[in-house]
This record gives sequence, structure tokens and C-alpha cells, in this order.
Amino acid sequence: MQATSHAARTADLCLVGGGLVGLAVGLGLQRNGLKVTILDEGDIALRASRGNFGLVWVQGKGDTLPDYATVTRLSARLWPQLAQRLQDGTGIDIELQQRGGLYLSLSEQELSAREAMLLKMQHQAGGEYPFQRLDLKQVREFIPQAGPEVTGATWCPEDGHLNPLRLLRALTELFLRQGGQIRNSGRVSRITPLTTGFRLATPEGDWHCDKVVLSAGLGNRDLAPQVGLSAPLVPNRGQVLITERVQPFLHYPTGHVRQTGESTVQIGDSKEDVGFDSGTTTEVMAQIAARATRMFPLLRDLRMVRAWGALRIMTPDGYPIYQASSQYPGAYLVTCHSGVTLGALHEGPIANWIATDTNTLPLEAFHARRFES
Amino acid sequence: MPGASKFERLAYASNDWIQVTVEGQPVQVRPGDSAAAALLAAGQPAARTSAVSGDPRAPYCLMGICFECLLEIDGVPNVQGCMVQVADGMNIRRQQGAPVLNDSLAEGVPA
Ligand SMILES: Cc1cc2nc3c(=O)[nH]c(=O)nc-3n(C[C@H](O)[C@H](O)[C@H](O)COP(=O)(O)OP(=O)(O)OC[C@H]3O[C@@H](n4cnc5c(N)ncnc54)[C@H](O)[C@@H]3O)c2cc1C
Ligand code: FES
Repeated sequence: MQATSHAARTADLCLVGGGLVGLAVGLGLQRNGLKVTILDEGDIALRASRGNFGLVWVQGKGDTLPDYATVTRLSARLWPQLAQRLQDGTGIDIELQQRGGLYLSLSEQELSAREAMLLKMQHQAGGEYPFQRLDLKQVREFIPQAGPEVTGATWCPEDGHLNPLRLLRALTELFLRQGGQIRNSGRVSRITPLTTGFRLATPEGDWHCDKVVLSAGLGNRDLAPQVGLSAPLVPNRGQVLITERVQPFLHYPTGHVRQTGESTVQIGDSKEDVGFDSGTTTEVMAQIAARATRMFPLLRDLRMVRAWGALRIMTPDGYPIYQASSQYPGAYLVTCHSGVTLGALHEGPIANWIATDTNTLPLEAFHARRFES
Repeated sequence: MPGASKFERLAYASNDWIQVTVEGQPVQVRPGDSAAAALLAAGQPAARTSAVSGDPRAPYCLMGICFECLLEIDGVPNVQGCMVQVADGMNIRRQQGAPVLNDSLAEGVPA
């Protein structure tokens, strides 16, 4: 071991990155009795956890990777328990609602393609995959305000949504209350594997830990190779609009529009390849608004009060990487796109796997070797 | 009741006054005042009640950022009072919670 000029800062385990992924894994590791520190880059970082749409979404997730459908649905089932724990531990209501969700279509073609995809998934799941194709009349039984251009929707009773900022706050608070440390000026510039454990270089000095988990979102790209892992991640921008508050009228989330627990309407679902630019553009905001008003014409009377862009953290196939380093045992990579939906998976089975090195999940499917040609 | 306001007007070149109503009460204001200022001048600082908690809220930033000044102005709900200039006869009411969203397209359609 090399000596450092700073007083030794040590933890059983350091998580690099304190977004939704790092915090959820961190809570689960604490549950396993570990002393955990989160090192986070701070407010200048690119942070998907502060800009997302808040869906706990099941339908259609994993159409080309059945194991992903399985872990998504497992996470959705584990969510109520985690939401309750957060409420009990912090008093914060994350506004979790899982009464089903609709994905509205504006053309017959789109609707039939979705139905075919979900039928395929149902088949892959041995018939155990609840969903329904709805025509406009049936859609209106859920949402009377659906407009005449809506051809129908796919409905899945396992879909839901929550308030992602309250979630972030609740996770942070519980993590701290349970004795966790969060260093907010903790940008990790270098990870050095030692004979036992790892040394992490940060602006406040070095940290030593037995295990290290990379949960740094897009920051994993540079860190992963330092511990024998690879994270071929690319940013994909989404823009989101928020309207003034109105009395609740949308009682189910949809893939494009949802009404939050605090009565604003959140509208989104753009996908743009624009590098590391997390800004907004009038053109895309107009497209998002136009699509939403075709789905729900009454939205045309609503004022927008905010808009933002945020970068998704995408692997080439859109599925997570959950991997332990074989070159440097004790280093792990946890990164995914749908970090809200998968939050309960991360707090539960993923954290248990890291803490105990035993697992019940189909982790081979999420190994980064699938990207090697 | 203008006398009940804690705000005092600065000396001002023009001496024009116009009348608006705040919660049904006539209030004298200057052209160029914002609707939020009219509320403060009327000594009725609560602009709205929170849609989440129901608590009363008063104009705060007076520059379009905080959304605490939401008013119903001439029947239009959720208007930022600090961003709207008064007009003669303007009808200013508090925004009580979140308004109901009616479908303007559905209006006028025979039942
Ligand atoms: C527009 C949009 C909509 C979305 N909608 C949904 C949705 O509806 N449902 C859903 O499930 N998911 C959704 N997502 C995805 C979800 O937001 C992300 O999967 C999730 O937030 C990822 O969390 P994370 O912790 O991995 O990343 P981040 O939130 O990006 O956190 C990474 C953290 O790592 C830190 N960091 C980076 N580099 C370093 C370093 N070198 N050292 C120390 N710290 C570092 C950063 O400071 C940051 O806090 C959406 C994403 C976007 C952009
Ligand atoms: S007082 Fe802040 S927006 Fe009007």
C-alpha cells in the first residue's frame, strides 16, 4: 500500500455516484450491514436522476431481452415495500401509484405494432404477461378526456409512476439517517486497485475501501476501465414540459403524459442524439406539446411553466450493465437507463448480490461482454 | 381597503388613477402597476391558496419566477399577477387551489 498525505478516509464500500442508482444500491448495502460512503461529483454533473419522467414502467420493457422484462417486473413488485420503508423512515411520501398505465397510439399501425410486441412478450413469459389492447371507447373508460385522434392504447396493470424528486430526497435522507456518508465534492478522478481494496482519488483526498461500486451514470465511461470493466454508454437527450397545476383529471400515467401528485401535468418522451448538451429547443418542445394535445385536446388551454432537457444513460442496446470485475474482485458496475423503475431491484436483489456475492438474478444477461464484437 | 396596506407609494410624476376590483372591493391603482401590486396596495397580500397544502401564499419575487402570485384575472385562472399590468375595471380574484381544467373545445357542443 502506498502512503497518502491525507488522513486516511475509509469505508467498507464506496459508491461512486449518488443519483437514483447509487442511493438505491447504497440503502440495500446498509441493510446488509455495510458501512457505505457515496462520493458524488456535485451540482455541475450530468444527472438523469434530477430530470426524468417518473414512470415505474413495465409494458414493453425487455421486448428483445426476456431477462430484462423479468427484472423490470420484479422491481415493480418490490416497489410498494420500498416506498413504505421510505415513508416510515423519513416521513416522505414518494407518491407511488401502481394502478396500471396506458400507452396511447395515434395510428392504427402504431397500435397494432405495439400489440404484436406485447403478444410476443406474453408468449415469452409463458402467458404470464398481463396487458390489453384498448379501442378509443375503452381508453375513455380510463381517461374520458382522450381526444378523437386517439386510435387506442395498450394497457398494462403493472405500470405506475412516482415523484422522482421526492424519491431522490427520501433515498438521500434515509441513507444519511442510517449512518451513510455522502461527499458532494467527491468527483472521483482515478481508481487504483490495491493488493486489498481500492484507492479513490477525489478533490478532498484519497478514500480507501474494500469494495467499490460504480454508479456514476455517464461518468462510468471513464471509471470502468480503471477496474477492468467497460461501460460503453452514450447520452440520449429527453426534453420534458411542465404545466400549471390543475385539478386532477388524469388518473393513470401514460407513456407521454402524466399528472403528478402535486397536480402539474408532465409531458415528455423526446429522444435526441445531441451529445452532452442537456438544453432545450423550441422545435422539440413544440413537437412534444403538439403530440400531447392530439392525445388530450383539453391540454391546449394549459400554460407551460417549465421545461428542461436531461440526458439518458444508454448502453448500445438500452439494457443495464450489472457486472462484477473478474480482474479486480470487489469492483462492480451498476448502470441502467430506467433507474426509477429499477430502483427497488437495485435496493433489493442487486444490493444483496454485491454484499454477499451470491445472487438469484439472471445476471449473465447484463454482462458487458454482449457489446464485444 | 387601501389604507390597510403596509406598502407605501413612492412619489410619482403622473397623478393618474384607475380603478380595479380585488375580491369584489374597488381599489385605486396607477396605470403600469401589476395586478400583484394592486393586491398588495389593497392590503390583501394573499394571492392564492396552495394547490398542494391549501396554505395562503403572497406574491414573493415580483418578477415572474416563483409563481406565488397566481390570481384569477377577468375570469382567467392561474395568471401570474406580477406579470400582468392593471387595466381599468380589471376583476382580480385570488386563485383558490388548482382550477378545474375545462375542455374549451367541448364547450358549446350540444349535449
Ligand atoms: C428525460 C428522461 C426521462 C426519464 N424517464 C424515466 C422514467 O420515466 N422512468 C425510469 O425508470 N427512468 C427514467 N429515466 C432514466 C432515469 O432517470 C435514470 O436511469 C436514472 O436517473 C439513472 O440514475 P443514475 O444514478 O445512474 O445517474 P445520474 O442521476 O446521472 O447520477 C450519476 C451521479 O454520478 C455522479 N458522478 C458522475 N461521475 C462521477 C465521478 N467521476 N465521481 C463521482 N461522482 C460522479 C454524478 O454527480 C451524478 O450524481 C429518464 C431519464 C431521462 C433523461
Ligand atoms: S411574485 Fe413571483 S412569479 Fe409573481
